[in-house]
Amino acid sequence: MANESEIKYLTPVAVNTERKKYCRFKKSGIKYIDYKDADFLLKFVNEQGKILPRRLTGTSNKYQKKVAQAVKRARHLALMPYVADLLK
Amino acid sequence: MVNQYETVFIMTPVLSDQQIKETVKKYQKILSDNNAEIVFEHNWGMRKLAYPIQKKTTGFYYLIEFKAEGSVIAKLETYYKRDETLLRFLTVALDKHAIAYNEKKRANGLKGQQAKKEQKPEVNNVESKNEEE
Repeated sequence: MANESEIKYLTPVAVNTERKKYCRFKKSGIKYIDYKDADFLLKFVNEQGKILPRRLTGTSNKYQKKVAQAVKRARHLALMPYVADLLK
Repeated sequence: MVNQYETVFIMTPVLSDQQIKETVKKYQKILSDNNAEIVFEHNWGMRKLAYPIQKKTTGFYYLIEFKAEGSVIAKLETYYKRDETLLRFLTVALDKHAIAYNEKKRANGLKGQQAKKEQKPEVNNVESKNEEE
């Protein structure tokens, strides 16, 4: 009996199986990120309208640069806010 | 070198329909005077701005895609800067992926809106005419 409980303790249950992040642009073969598509770009900003880091979205460096450029263009054309509150 | 560009400008909402048409025509003329070839035009119409510009909360968006020499851009933007009816403008050069994306989007969009329009504007075709409007 004691033996069994010990075994349980030694092999902890995997609680959060971390999913591998991937770059959605590489995966789905998107080559160009449109700054006019504000709804799509909304996925890459937080509630305040700040661009999310690569570490959270998993976007590759190549496309993160393009995302950032597109978001900035959208902001300039007032398609997206520079600063916001409760954007989502 | 001839490049493909895309320019978007936002006009103030105080203009009448007639004035909007005139403004648009003015820029089309500037482009054609400078040997630019207009590939595509799109009137987004009245749109709400994400934040107020010059105390306006809405604006008329208009997009023109064209092929031109790089030197045309500076001239065009000078006109933009002098124009007080514009709230904002943006001109970007399109790379090959962007052109392909726009062509595809246009083909899909036209199919959805008007079936009678040309279904697929030819890709990489220099002498394509104004397919829209």
